[in-house]
Amino acid sequence: MISENTKKEPLVRIAKRAELSPKKAALVRFSSIIVALLIGGLLILALGYNPISVYGGIIEGSLLTPTALKATAKIAVPLLGAALAIAPAFRMKFWNCGAEGQITVGAIASTYFALYHVGDLPAPVFFVVTFIVSAIFGGLWGLIPAFFKARWGTNETLFTLMLNYIAIGFVKYLRIGPWMDKGQMFPKVPMFDRAARLPDVFGVHIGWIIVLLLVVFTYIYMTRTKHGYEIAVVGESVSTARYSGMNVAKIIMRTMFISGAVAGIVGWMLALGTNYTLSDTTANGYGFTAIVVAWLAKLNPFVMVLISAFLAVLQKGSNSIQTNFGIPASASEVLTGLILLCMLGSEFFINYRFVFRKKSVGGDD
Amino acid sequence: MENAAIQLKNLTKKFGSVIANDNVSLEIRRGEILALLGENGSGKTTLMNMLSGIYYPDGGQIFVDGKEVIIGSPKEAFDLGIGMIHQHFKLVDVLTAAENMVLGIKENGRLNTKTIGDKMKKICEQYGFNVDPDKKIYDMSVSEKQTVEIVKMLYRGADVLILDEPTAVLTPQETTKLFAILRNMKKDGKSVVIITHKLNEVMELSDRVSVLRKGVHVGDFNTSETNPQELTNLMVGHAVTLNIERTKCENPVKRLEIKNLCCVNDDGVKVLDDINFEAYSGEVLGIAGISGCGQKELLEGIAGLQKVSGSIEFYPPDGSEKKELNGKSPKEIIKCGIALSFVPEDRLGMGLIGNMDLADNMMLRSYNKGKSPFADRKTPAKLAEKVVDELEVVTPGINVPVRNLSGGNVQKILVGREIASDPSVLMSAYAVRGLDINTSYTIYNLMNEQKNNGCAVIYVGEDLDVLVELCDRILVLCGGKVSGIVDGRTTTKEEVGLLMTSLGGGKEDNL
Repeated sequence: MISENTKKEPLVRIAKRAELSPKKAALVRFSSIIVALLIGGLLILALGYNPISVYGGIIEGSLLTPTALKATAKIAVPLLGAALAIAPAFRMKFWNCGAEGQITVGAIASTYFALYHVGDLPAPVFFVVTFIVSAIFGGLWGLIPAFFKARWGTNETLFTLMLNYIAIGFVKYLRIGPWMDKGQMFPKVPMFDRAARLPDVFGVHIGWIIVLLLVVFTYIYMTRTKHGYEIAVVGESVSTARYSGMNVAKIIMRTMFISGAVAGIVGWMLALGTNYTLSDTTANGYGFTAIVVAWLAKLNPFVMVLISAFLAVLQKGSNSIQTNFGIPASASEVLTGLILLCMLGSEFFINYRFVFRKKSVGGDD
Repeated sequence: MENAAIQLKNLTKKFGSVIANDNVSLEIRRGEILALLGENGSGKTTLMNMLSGIYYPDGGQIFVDGKEVIIGSPKEAFDLGIGMIHQHFKLVDVLTAAENMVLGIKENGRLNTKTIGDKMKKICEQYGFNVDPDKKIYDMSVSEKQTVEIVKMLYRGADVLILDEPTAVLTPQETTKLFAILRNMKKDGKSVVIITHKLNEVMELSDRVSVLRKGVHVGDFNTSETNPQELTNLMVGHAVTLNIERTKCENPVKRLEIKNLCCVNDDGVKVLDDINFEAYSGEVLGIAGISGCGQKELLEGIAGLQKVSGSIEFYPPDGSEKKELNGKSPKEIIKCGIALSFVPEDRLGMGLIGNMDLADNMMLRSYNKGKSPFADRKTPAKLAEKVVDELEVVTPGINVPVRNLSGGNVQKILVGREIASDPSVLMSAYAVRGLDINTSYTIYNLMNEQKNNGCAVIYVGEDLDVLVELCDRILVLCGGKVSGIVDGRTTTKEEVGLLMTSLGGGKEDNL
């Protein structure tokens, strides 16, 4: 009855490990970034370049000159904003993949004011009004999938994704149709008047201050308030939430309105602070990269600051190595992907270890 | 030993820092029924999972027919003639019983349902089963599914059959039938292991009993030479008394009056049909019934979580005007002092959050108090400490995620929290689901305490022995209807069992 191969113990098997101390776990996570950089170095080496000088080029091209630093900040700010936007939704396990669309809708709302009402209001009032309107429209765009999910249990991932295309398609319509710049050959929305552009503080539009304030607000909202508690409970177990008398539908809709509203604010700063116009690429993929940021930070707003800065450095730096070394910028995307893979992979080693046949040796990393 | 089918020597299994089995050695003989007895979390299921190839032991040896074997997967366990029936059945819902028989077996040639059916029939006749090979699994009752699982193991040639708490989902009548089948199998020379924590089953069915406590094997007995008290003391580790103290109802006052309650579920099935009853303060009203007969809908209907028609009148303890609860939101009903704790199969899903710590779980009831947008975390933390203290919850601290606690401790926290809210009506469903004797009795005593404090307790239970001992009155549900309300002091288990299946309207009435 017993076949030959069943007589041996398995060569490698996986065993759950005792819980690691937070310090050790942080060490594992940090070393995963080192591992990713090493693998990335091999990749650069294979392309025929010196990894050290290329990594140096990334640092130099993103951080070491004032111009480069400002450009990096301009990437990091909306990225962080978008990550903050999706954080409450993700804590609720509502997979909001629609930040891209919510950003775009917010940008459309501010563009309307920037094109047609810029002279009507004093500058501070103009910015406050556009800020609020962008937030409301972004929030409403987020509310749509939440309403359908709460009412009929639709799949929010697909729903939010699809709404992105509708928002971007609507921008195309505006660009070719009613909002087209008549003086141009190429159909595009006109550049905004100077009065409709966000003021700079230390060389970067004022949005960075708002985003840093949002970091603190989001942290307090998610960890200290009743709303934050409700969000966490709904995320962990809808039936428990119902049994404790929570109105789950209301919580889902309220949270998604807030999530969309923050994304709308990101759209406001992208339109009025960065691009000074509206285009199909106003959201520029921030809504998607933000998912990576939020995950890697485990939804902690303060860690998001670091992660979004790190990804911005990679993105800006890779543009400059493209110019300086002739390495395609897509190489940096490969690097980003490697880092993500290694960091997610490290979670496995935090929870499990390998046990080898005969002498048991823990495979730590 | 001459007739030992399986011997386990010094088996050890660890999960992280938790030792589930510590050097366990025992043997399973041919032609016997062995009961594996132990409290929750004592490592019974883990031990048997190592035998059936689900887990791989961290140390120790397994011998089958005297030869050492390595069991690396359930398939290798099958090859050795070992089959296990888990608490959650491993059947494919959309397939028929016959198709489930051969699922995963590598055989040459075409799938011939007729030969499978014939082989099944032979097995059924031999042991006294009753299965329709062409019936789809999703059309079956829990008891039928269990039968299919057992037949499946025999079909695959199992000589050693392990059943994990097989009676948890059965009515008394179904249990009797199952036991008869198991005895037939024993006569045929097969070995049967039943994992259980119910002593009456051990005494009734088994030839020998092995007791585990906290992962350690603490004793083997011939069933005829031991008694429940000895086994309990060994299982728990200290002497316990097995009596529920049923006090007299002190001046009962009407708290709830349910009239013409009906409920139609999402599939358009009438799950509650004209329910009428009253609940009084200072009394425990038991609700008995086969699972899925409307218990859940009834409680959820009262708590405002399920849409129902009819009237639910609440008489507040302060003597003020009666209130109609039907139509009120769950939050308003909780405010009236009506608490519901429902322990579902996974034990966490409906009252607690596994990933949150004890204090945050206490907050579920209280977080919404006050006008401030910020949540008060200090009061729940104090409450958590109080519950841990008073109910003797075993935990490293109140900042530990609930999922790290054992089942009994989790349920103590759940029930403790509901009681702490000082309810005027306490509805509790399956509060002792999966709990060991010791903790179960703690929970029964807690309910009795509430009753003595003038709370109207409504208790939905599975164990008829307990219902008959604990409750002042028992309402029996059958197929969404009330088939009878009996006096707990005068009724018998058999009477309640009959009422549970009497109307003939029950979906799962297949006796």
